[in-house]
Parts: sequence; C-alpha cells; structure tokens
Amino acid sequence: MAATFISAESLRRNFAEVKAGMRPKEAIEESNRCLYCYDAPCIKACPTGINIPSFIKKIASGNMKGSARTIMEANPVGASCSRVCPTEELCEGACVLNHSSKPIMIGDLQRYATDWAIRNEQVLFTAGRSNGNKIAVIGGGPAGLSAARELARFGFAVTIFEAKEQAGGLDTYGIVSFRLPQEISLWEVEQVKQLGVEIRTGVKVGVDIAVEEIRQQYDAVVLAIGMSKVPKLGIEGEGLRGVYDAIDFVESTKTSIRTDIAGKKVAVIGAGNTAIDAATCSVRLGAGEVTIVYRRTVEEMTAYDFEFDFAKQDGVVFKWLTAPKRVVGDTAGNVTAMECIAMRLEESEGRSRPVPVAGSEFFMDVDAVVLAIGQNRHIDLVEQLGLSHKRGIVAIDPVTFQTSDPQIFAAGDVIFGDGQGEAMVVSAAQQGKKAAYAIYRQLVKQQEETA
Amino acid sequence: MADLRINLAGISSPNPFWLASAPPTNTGYQVQRAFEAGWGGAVWKTLGDPIINTSSRFAAVHFNGQRVAGFNNIELITDRPLEVNLKEIYETKKRFPNHAVVVSLMVEPKREKWHEIVKRVEAVGVDGLELNFGCPHGMAERGMGSASGQQPDLVEAQTMWAKEAAKTPVIVKLTPNITDITATAKAAVRGGADAISLINTINSLAGVDLDTWNTIPHVGGKGAHGGYCGPAVKPIALNMVAECARNAQVNVPISGIGGVSNWRDAVEFMLMGATGVQVCTAAMHHGFSIVEDMIDGLNNYLDEKGLQSVTELIGKSVPRYSDWGDLDLNYQVVARIHEENCIVCNKCHIACEDTSHQCIERLTTDDGRAYLKVREEDCVGCNLCSIVCPVEGAISMVEIPSGEMPMSWNQRQKAIASAGDSNQAPGGASKEAV
Repeated sequence: MAATFISAESLRRNFAEVKAGMRPKEAIEESNRCLYCYDAPCIKACPTGINIPSFIKKIASGNMKGSARTIMEANPVGASCSRVCPTEELCEGACVLNHSSKPIMIGDLQRYATDWAIRNEQVLFTAGRSNGNKIAVIGGGPAGLSAARELARFGFAVTIFEAKEQAGGLDTYGIVSFRLPQEISLWEVEQVKQLGVEIRTGVKVGVDIAVEEIRQQYDAVVLAIGMSKVPKLGIEGEGLRGVYDAIDFVESTKTSIRTDIAGKKVAVIGAGNTAIDAATCSVRLGAGEVTIVYRRTVEEMTAYDFEFDFAKQDGVVFKWLTAPKRVVGDTAGNVTAMECIAMRLEESEGRSRPVPVAGSEFFMDVDAVVLAIGQNRHIDLVEQLGLSHKRGIVAIDPVTFQTSDPQIFAAGDVIFGDGQGEAMVVSAAQQGKKAAYAIYRQLVKQQEETA
Repeated sequence: MADLRINLAGISSPNPFWLASAPPTNTGYQVQRAFEAGWGGAVWKTLGDPIINTSSRFAAVHFNGQRVAGFNNIELITDRPLEVNLKEIYETKKRFPNHAVVVSLMVEPKREKWHEIVKRVEAVGVDGLELNFGCPHGMAERGMGSASGQQPDLVEAQTMWAKEAAKTPVIVKLTPNITDITATAKAAVRGGADAISLINTINSLAGVDLDTWNTIPHVGGKGAHGGYCGPAVKPIALNMVAECARNAQVNVPISGIGGVSNWRDAVEFMLMGATGVQVCTAAMHHGFSIVEDMIDGLNNYLDEKGLQSVTELIGKSVPRYSDWGDLDLNYQVVARIHEENCIVCNKCHIACEDTSHQCIERLTTDDGRAYLKVREEDCVGCNLCSIVCPVEGAISMVEIPSGEMPMSWNQRQKAIASAGDSNQAPGGASKEAV
C-alpha cells in the first residue's frame, strides 16, 4: 500500500504532553481547598508515604521549594509519579472529600510543585558524609534510582550500572511521551547524579562486566533490573516484518521520529497498560486504524480505567474474546493479515479461562501487529548471581528486600509477580528506599552498634 | 539554611514561632507536644486566681467556603490550680531547656498581688513573663485584662510592680481595644517593660443565628462579647505593631501577634518591627504541625533573599511606614490591562464604573471580540480594578512619571504658608481639600 505522509511537526505535536499543568490560580484555589487532615488517609494510600497535606499546604503558603522537597524526599521519582500514578486508586481515592464534595487533585498539585522545581533548576538534596562503603545498583529505573538516592544521602559511594544509554528505566523509555515527557524522568536522574552517584550507562552486567567483579568491588548490591522483552506468542508468522514488541515499540517513539506507521492498520495483542500505550502511540503515529485484540473481556482487562477511557477517546477499537492464531505475510515478508479465533470464558478457579470457539476463525486485515502480552524476565542474570527465584521473580525478605544472597537486595519489577509486590512505578520507588534502609542498617548502623 | 534563632529582650528561642497564651498552651502536655512539633517558644495560658469557664466558648467566621477567617472566644484565663500549672511549667522547661517558656500573668491591679505571682512563677524556672493587659471579656469586668490595659496609668503602675519583683524579662501584652495603641505601649515602657507584645483580641460578636435569634456563641440562650482573632485581624495587628515600631518612645522589642497563619505573615510582622511572632488560631485550626511549613518556608525565603539570619528582617520596612501627610502627592500610577491574560469577566469595568472613576471602557475589535481598556488620562491609580481582578497578570498598576518633584501634603502646606508670607494671594491654596 502507498505510504501515508506524516510530518515531523505533527508527530511532535501528537507526542507532546496531553495534559496541561495547573495554572497558578488553579493551584492556589485547589491547595487552599485541602483540609490538611490529621493522620490523613491520602498519606497512607501513597506507597511512598508522601506527606501530602504538608506539600499542599506549602503550595498554598508559597513555599514551592519546600513543597517539591516534601514530595521528592518521600519519592525520588515523584515528578514522574505525579503523571503516571493511578491517583484515583491511591491518594485521590482515599481523600476524605470524596465523601462530601470532590477529592483534591493531588496528582496535579504534585506535578505543579515538581514542575516548579524543574523549571527553577532546584537542587533539593545533598549527599551524606562518606561512610566508606560502596554499593552497586544494577538497573537505573525507578527502583534503582530511588535506592541510589537514599544510599547517597546515607553517605554510601554508589554506582548505578545501566544497560541503556540513559537512566530512568521505564520512566525514560517505557511510558508514552504524551503522558510522561522524557525530560521529566531525566531531571530525576540528574537529581540523583548531583548527589555524586556514578551512573555507568551502556553497561550490561553479566556481559560487559562480570558478576564476580561487582560482588568483589562492592559491599552490597541492589538488583533493580526490571523486566525484559515481551515474550513470543508462539504462533506462525511472528517473525514477519511488521510484528513488534510493545516495549520496543513505545521506546522507539521516545527516541526517534517514526513515520512507518502512518496510514497503517495496527492490531495490538493484549489489554494491559502497555497495550494501551502501544495503541495510543499507534494512533499518534498516524495509523489508519488501531484495534486492541484481547482474549478475555473488558472485565478481566488489567489496564487502569483511565487508560481504557483514554484509548477509547483516541478512537482505539477493542475486540474482546478474540485471540490471534497466526500472522499472515506477503511474499516480501511483510504483515498483511492476522487470523483470529473467537474465545469464550470458562469458569475456573481464580481467573476465568478463555477457550477457543471451534470453527470461529476469521481474518483481520492488518499491516502491523504489536505484542503486549506481558514481559519476560532477565533470568540469565538472576541465575548468574545465583539467587533463588521463581520463573525470574527474585525471592526476597518482604521487610529487608534481601535476596537469598545476603550481599544482594532486590527492588522493583524484578520482584514483582506471583503475588509479590506491585507493578506501579511508585511501588518500585518505595521498594528501592526500603532496600537502601536495610543496607544502611546492615552495613552502618549495626556496625556502629556493635563497635 | 539561615539562622532562625531570635532573642527577644533576653529571651532566646530556636525560631521566631511561639504559641500565644491561649487554649493551645493550657497544659504541659500541649506545650511539650508543640515543642516536639517544632515551635520555638510558648507563652503559657494566663495564670492568676483560677476562674470558672462557661460551656460553649468559641465561634468562628467562615468566609465564602473557607473556614475560620476569623475566630471569637469567651474563654477566660486558666481554670486549673496554680500549683498544677507551676509543676507542669517546671517539667516542660526541664525537658526543653532551649525553648522559650514564657508565662502569662493576670492578677488584680495590686502591688502585692503582682509581687507574689511573679515570685512564685519565677521560682519554677521560666524564661520570661508576659503581663496580660488585654483579655477583653470576663476578666475586664473584674477590673483586670483589658480594663486595666485601657488605662495607661494602670499599665505603667502594674508593669512597674511586676518589674520590682521580676528577675526575668517582662513582656507587656497590649489590648487593641483602644484608640491609640502607642499610648499604652509608651506607658508600658515607662513602667519598665523589657518588651511589648500585641495585639490581644478585639471585642467581637461572631454572629446571630437566623433561626433561633441567639447570639453565636451563646451560653444557655445568652451571649456576651468575646475576643476576635485569626486571619481577619492581621491588618489591624500589623498596623498596631508598625505604629509601635516607628514610635521612638516605644524603644523596646516587639512580639507580633494577630492572625499569623504562615511564614509569610511572620515575615511581614518582622519586617514591620516584630522580633518574633505568636500564633494561636492557625494552630487551633490545623494542629501544631503547621509550624513545619512555617520554619521550612521561612528558611527557604531567607536563603532566596541571601540572608544569614532571620534577625536581619526585623524592622526593615519600618522606615517605609509613615503618616499620610508624608506621602508624595506627585507619585502617579495607572491601571493597565494585559489582554493576553484578561478573561473578560468585566469586574474591573463595573467596579470602576459604579464605584470609582469611570475610566475602564468596554470595547469590541473589528472581528467582534470584546476587550477592556483603561483610559489612562482619567485613571487616578486607586488599585480597585486590580483588586477585584480574579486572574494573575491581567491588570498591573504602572508608574507614570509625573515630571514633578516629589511633594507631600505636609511639604505643600509648608510651601503654601511660606508663599503666603511673601504673597498675599496664594494661587490654588483655596482648592485644597482636607
């Protein structure tokens, strides 16, 4: 088919942050509406325990630096979280004003305060006095950055090993720009760097540097490697040109100008938040038609409600109870269609099980297929480190985040799954903090106490 | 991080934020909780002969959805035995040696009564005393509080009596229920006060219930005036502090009180001459933890201003406060509307048209878009439009150079008088409005 043209200017516009920040009048009115509750439920609902009434009071009093500091103190990726947190399910959902009027727009106020800090190039924290210990943090995503920030404030010499060109992980590469511009995440990275944390980018542990070397050179290790690629579906045609991994797909929109999707018919397989991101990205890349194909129903979908609404507003079509059977290509190896089969749900223990409806096969006309059916684990590295794990999900002590190896702690997506942890950025940040506190207790506090 | 420590007439505290003598400082438990939260000092709720309080004591004025714009109370001084208070004061000071523990006192205007209470209170180890000449209700009917605080001679005498016995600094707390606060401030100084604190509460009735026709608050269907405080009284307090600060005869440090709700208010009071501030209503509305932003916000403000110590603020705006007769009559500002920020609510127009000088015009562009424009030649620079404007950056008051030398009314009168001496018919003098 003929290529459809999309200008770089349109792309730039399409990927600019969708939601405008609060204006001063809005922020003043909203911050003064906050009741400043005692023992406020919003604080408890925040996985990082941000003192929300305090940061809001500071906006009201004009103490913007103090406000930003209150946020970032509790959450080293608080600027990103103000944009990506499911606030209706967390702080705003817990706001007592839900019972009498409408909840305070906590996420927007958090963004207002952190945007101020970004715009005014504020340095909010300082490193602690050196305690002589060295820590390696493997992975510079939310969990790794959060651990590194706290460790640096305790006076540890911290080195982050980051496989990619830039740190920030999911916040830098995995969340669509129109919800989280890359510069926000990179500012958070910069805040950590300013504490003297060394970030060695483009270094893959286990490949570019041996695991043994890290073990020997550092007193403790924080493993915050997140997750890996999207797994294969195991169907015919997955190798065709036009079949993408959703994570790579979203990443490409954050690091390059991509014009090859314009005018195309795109099918996204899966219905989690990443699938929504891939679908809304496709729309913004100028796709002619974008369909989310999911083998269960809207009830079982794991995407947040606001993500679902967002996709519908973008014109994404949802095809429920549908599973791909094979991807079909032309002689040149390009995707031309996808054969699907209708499913029905069968009652089973826990989540209902989708089963194919015999003889219901049909073809969808597509030019691109994006797979968003979850993510693999970095099992190789976990095994090189010799940690106990379950299908790559590293086992930890739930209090100290210590792994089966006392020298190694783990936080973030690497420990998420199988009933352990949460998939949110904000949870990763909290786990990073906790791992840092446990390391401090083990390497410094206990030494002092026994000395 | 700036140095927030202050020293008020020899009483030092880690920061300028003290709790005022009031319900929050009723017990050792409360004052110790306040110190744990970060308050730099506290003035213990007034000690004297224990009284009996009424039930139903407080009322507030809520303004358009914001609660507690003003606060009214008819509570009296402490209703707990003196011995109990003294024991708790001792324990509190012992636990918090670096915090300012000042005790408010009120007794009958008799010399021996003052001597007795001063000695008993100082014996438990306090940093200073505050004489309550301000409480406007109840105690005043017994000849104490504002009843004695409204009479300069009684202020002077009682201050002297307290000073005769006192070894620690004596702060005299003034009532605002008086025409000229400097009269009693000077009396306190004459009596030997080491510092003054102001303002106490203002006579008030919070409201009347439209259904029952009872006063708010009422005690079994009957009401009496109370004392008004909270954000609404700040401008009154700020003026009184400033009037004292710029009066050469009131040459003692000032502890600023009246509607201080956040660090910004504190900065204003200090710029107007206060060495520190006392807070009550804001703590009663939100709890002791509000001091966290007060300290943090003040610190960040001082850093931003490049100031090393909070004491550098004290009195910096006092020289800019004067009498009306000293203001430059040739200074001119006009309103200017910035269309890019204007939301065309027309509030500035109607305010000017109905109640000021009819100089904001409603106009329409060729393509039918409405906009507002100031006829600057008719604008007197009253500020009203910029006050009613609901958006930031839509109206600014811009200085217009008059081309004339500065001339105040006092200077003008002088010039006219001297012109009159040399010329029998001074032109324009008859036009002078009073």
